Amino acid sequence: MIPELGNMALALAVCIAVAQSVLPLWGSFVGSRQLMRLGYPLALAMFVFVSIAMVCLAHAFLTDDFSVAIVAAGSNSLLPTVYKFSALWGGHEGSMLLWIWILALWTLAVALFSSELPLDVLARVLSVMAMIAVGFLLFSLLTSNPFARLLPVFPAEGKDLNPLLQDPGLVIHPPMLYIGYVGFSVAFAFAIAALIGGRMDVTWARWSRPWTNLAWGFLTMGIMLGSWWAYYELGWGGWWFWDPVENASFMPWLAGTALIHSLAVTEKRGLFKSWTLLLAIFAFSLSLLGTFLVRSGVLTSVHAFATDPSRGIFILIFLGLVVGGSLTLYAFRAPSVKSSIGFHWLSRETFLLINNAIFLAATLTVLVGTLFPLIMDSLGQGKYSVGAPYFNAVFVPLMALLVPFMGIGPTARWKKDRAQRWKLLLVPVAAALLMGLLFPLLYSEVYHPLVAVAVILALWLVFSLLTDIKEKTGNAANLWAGLSRRTPSYYGMVLAHLGFAVTLLGVCLSSHYSIERDVKMMPGESYQLAKLNFNFNGTRRVNGPNFVADEGEFEISEGGSSYILLPQKRRYKSQMGSVMTEAAISSGIFRHVYVALGEPLEDGAWAVRLYYKPFVSWIWYGAVFMAAGALMTVFDRRYRKLKA
Amino acid sequence: MILAVIKRVALILLCLTASAQVLAAIDHHTFEDENLRQRYLSLVKELRCPKCQNQNIADSNSPISNDLREQVYLQLKAGNSDQQIISYMVERYGQFIVYRPPLKGKTLILWMAPVMFLLIGLACIVFLVRRPTESNSVAVSNTGTSQRIKELLNEEEQS
Amino acid sequence: MKIMSRLKLFIPLICFLILAVFLYRGLELDPQELPSAMVDRSLPEFSLPQLSVQTIDISRADVVGSASLFNVWATWCIACRVEHPYLHKLKQLGVIIYGINYKDNKADALQWLEQRGDPYRLTIADVEGSLGLDLGVYGAPETYLVDSLGVIRYRHVGIVDERVWTSILQPQYQQLLDAESESLEEDTKL
Repeated sequence: MIPELGNMALALAVCIAVAQSVLPLWGSFVGSRQLMRLGYPLALAMFVFVSIAMVCLAHAFLTDDFSVAIVAAGSNSLLPTVYKFSALWGGHEGSMLLWIWILALWTLAVALFSSELPLDVLARVLSVMAMIAVGFLLFSLLTSNPFARLLPVFPAEGKDLNPLLQDPGLVIHPPMLYIGYVGFSVAFAFAIAALIGGRMDVTWARWSRPWTNLAWGFLTMGIMLGSWWAYYELGWGGWWFWDPVENASFMPWLAGTALIHSLAVTEKRGLFKSWTLLLAIFAFSLSLLGTFLVRSGVLTSVHAFATDPSRGIFILIFLGLVVGGSLTLYAFRAPSVKSSIGFHWLSRETFLLINNAIFLAATLTVLVGTLFPLIMDSLGQGKYSVGAPYFNAVFVPLMALLVPFMGIGPTARWKKDRAQRWKLLLVPVAAALLMGLLFPLLYSEVYHPLVAVAVILALWLVFSLLTDIKEKTGNAANLWAGLSRRTPSYYGMVLAHLGFAVTLLGVCLSSHYSIERDVKMMPGESYQLAKLNFNFNGTRRVNGPNFVADEGEFEISEGGSSYILLPQKRRYKSQMGSVMTEAAISSGIFRHVYVALGEPLEDGAWAVRLYYKPFVSWIWYGAVFMAAGALMTVFDRRYRKLKA
Repeated sequence: MILAVIKRVALILLCLTASAQVLAAIDHHTFEDENLRQRYLSLVKELRCPKCQNQNIADSNSPISNDLREQVYLQLKAGNSDQQIISYMVERYGQFIVYRPPLKGKTLILWMAPVMFLLIGLACIVFLVRRPTESNSVAVSNTGTSQRIKELLNEEEQS
Repeated sequence: MKIMSRLKLFIPLICFLILAVFLYRGLELDPQELPSAMVDRSLPEFSLPQLSVQTIDISRADVVGSASLFNVWATWCIACRVEHPYLHKLKQLGVIIYGINYKDNKADALQWLEQRGDPYRLTIADVEGSLGLDLGVYGAPETYLVDSLGVIRYRHVGIVDERVWTSILQPQYQQLLDAESESLEEDTKL
C-alpha cells in the first residue's frame, strides 16, 4: 500500500513540475504577476510530494518490504538499520529518487531565499529548474521506478546491500555529491533565465554567486568523501583511480571552479558575460553528462549502476534537449563578445582568465580521456584503455602551472595594476623557495626534487596569502580592526586557497613518501617498516551483525608508543556471501598506518599488507578547507542586501 | 533486449570462480632489489584486468589478474625490461590491457590534447588582452575632462 | 563582423552535437567486449600433456590440420556445464573440437568428462594456464576458431549455444571448410 502511495506521489510531482515549468514562465512573458507568483507554492508542493515518495521508499526499506523490487535486490533483514536506510540510494532507482528530491530541495531553497529577485527573473529560474525536474521524474517513473513490485511472488529475504556499501561512507557520500551536482542547476537556471529575459546585466552574476559557491562547496565535500571512503574501504590505500564515474563527478567540479572565478569577474567588472553564461551551462551539462555516463552502460566502471540501454537512450534524449536547447538559446541570445575589453594585462582579470584557461583545459582533458575509448571504439579503431598513468601525467602539470598565478591573483588589483606593487611578493617567493628546497633534504634520506617543487608551490600559496592579508589590513588602526574589515568572501577565498595548498601537499608528500609492503606473516612474527615495528599476534574469530570475520591483532610500536590495529577479513552471511577485507588504520594528522589482511596461506600464515602513509589525510583536510571556504562566502552581506 | 542484457550479465556472473570477489589483492612476492620492486609496483598498476570492471591487476584479485601479476614478477626476475613485459601483454590481450595509451599513432592526439587546449586558452587570453582598448588609452592620456568622463562611465558600467 | 562573432557562439552547440553522436553510437557498443588480439595470428607453440593419457605430450602440430574449434573449459566454471551438451551436438555435426582444460585439477577434469561425456578429439591439460596466457584467455568458457593452417580466426567469449553457433561461428567455420576443400581440389589438380 505504501509503495503505491509513493508511486502516486511521484506521479503528482510530475504534474506539479509540468505546471511549474509552464505557468511562471508564461507569466513572465505576458507580465502576469499572478502566474509568476505560482513559482513558490508549486516549488513547495513539488518538494512535499517528492518527500512523500522518499518517505514511502524509506519505509519499504526499513520494514524489509521485499515485495518492492529494489528492496529485494539491495537490502537484507540482517542489515543494520542505518544501512537499510542508506540502501535506498545504493541502487540506480533509489539514487535517482534522491537526485530528484535534492533538486526539489534546491528549487524550494531558491524560491524561499530570493525575495530581492525581480519576480520575472525568479519565475523563469524556477521554471527552468522545474523543467529539469520533469525530465528526471519522467525518467524515474517510466524507466526506473523505485516502487516497482515483485508481486505476486516475492522473496522472503533480500539479496543484501553490497558489503562495500555497508559503511558510513555510503550514508553521506552520495547525498553530499548529489547536493553539489544538482546545485549547479541553479547557476544553470539563472543563466538560462538571463538568456531568455535578455537582461544580461551583472546583477545576474551577483545572484548566481552564492548559489554556485554553495553547490561547489558541497560537490567538493562529496568528492572528498568518496575519495576518503575508497581509501579506507577498498583495502589497497588508493584514493583516486580516474575511474569514469569518478571523472564524471570531477569534471563538473573543474568546470565549476572556473565558473566561480569567472562569476567574480562578471560581478565585479561586468566582463566576460557570454563566457560566464557558457560556463554555467557547461558545468551543469557536465553534471547531466555524468549522469548519462554512469547509468547508460557506455563506459565500464566499478561504480557503475546496473544498466539498461533503454535508460541510456532516455537520458541521452534528455541530455540532448537540455544541453542542445540551452546551447541553441545561448547561440542566439548571448551578448556578442565586446570589442573593447577594458583591462590591462597586469590586472586581476588576467589572472582569473588564466585560472579559467587552465581549469577548462583540465576539464576538457579529463573529458577527452574518459571518452577516448568510447570514441575510438565507435570509429572502429579498436579497444583502448585510458587510465591513471595518462591522467596523472597530464593533470598534475596543469595544476602545478596554476599555483604560481594563484599566489599573485588575490593581490593583484582589478583593471590595472603596477608591477612594482608586486615587489611585496618577493619575500614569499624567496621564503617558499628556500624552505621548499630544504624540506626534502631534511625529511628523508632520498632527495625527491618533485617534493621540493610541491612544497615550494604550497608554501608560495600560503605565504602569498599571508602577505595579502597583511597588505590589506595594513592601513587599519590595529590588526583586529583590519581583519574585521575584510568580508566573509575574502576569508572564504583565503581558506579555500589554503585548502588547495594543503591538498597539494597531501597528494605529493603521500605519493613520494609512502611505504607499502605485502608480506607473509606467521603469528608471532614481526616486521620492520621504516621506523615502525609490526608484531602479528595471530587471528581470532569474531561475529558481526551480518558477517563472520577473522580478526588479526597487530601490535605496532612507533617512536616511544605502541598501539593495536585489528584488521578483519569478513565473510558476509547473506546470499551474496562476499568476502571483504576491512583495513585497520591508525589515523594521525601527520601519518596513517594501515594494515590489511589478505588471504590465509598454508601453515597458518597470512598475506598481510602494511602501509605507512605520511600526510595522506592532508588530501582530505585540504578539501574540507576548500568546501568551508566556499560555504563561508555565501554569508557575505552583499548577497543579502540586494537591490534589484 | 532487456532479456539479452540479463542473460549476458548472468553469463558473466557464472564465469566467476567459486571463491567470491575479494578486494585487495595482497600477494607476497619477494624482491631482493628495491628497484625491481618499484618497477613491479608500477607495472602492475599500468596493466588492466581483462575481465574486471575497470581495475588494474594490482587491485584485482580475479584469477587472471593473479596470473598476470605472477607473469610480471617472473619476467622481471628474468631480466626483461618494462617495455618487453608490456609488449608481451599487448601481443596477447591487445592494447586494451595497458592503461597508458602509447605515445604514438592513434593515441598521440590524446597526449597532445591537454597542450592544445592550454595553448588555445592562452591564445584567447593574449588576444583578449592585447586589443587596443579605450581603457588602455585612458591610462596613457593624463588630462582633460573627456578622460574624466570616460572614467566615470567605466565605473558606472561596473557597479 | 557581427555575423562572425555570432557564428562563434554556435561552436559549443556544434561540439555538443558531435559528442551526442558518439554517445549514441556508444549505446550500441559493449565496452566489456574484448576482441582477441590473436586473431589472424598463428596458434602459439606449446607442449602440454594430454588429459586422458598423462604420458603423452601434445604439441601444436598434433592439433593443426583442419578447421576446428578450441574450447577452453574447467570444472570450476559453472557456465561450462551449461555449454557442454551443445558441444556434443556440434561433435555429432562433425565439428572437430579440441579441449583446453584450463587451470584445473586433472582428476576432477577426467571425472567431469566421464560424467558428462567427452566431445573433444583431444583435451590439452593446461594446468598452469601457460597456453591460456599465450592465447590471451581471461576466463572460461572461451572458444577459438582455428583454420587448417593453424591460424586463429575468431574468439568467442562465453557459452557457445544454438544462437551463437548459427549466427556467429557456423558461417565462419563453413567459410574455412570451403577454403580448405578448394585448396585441396587445387592440390589434387596439380
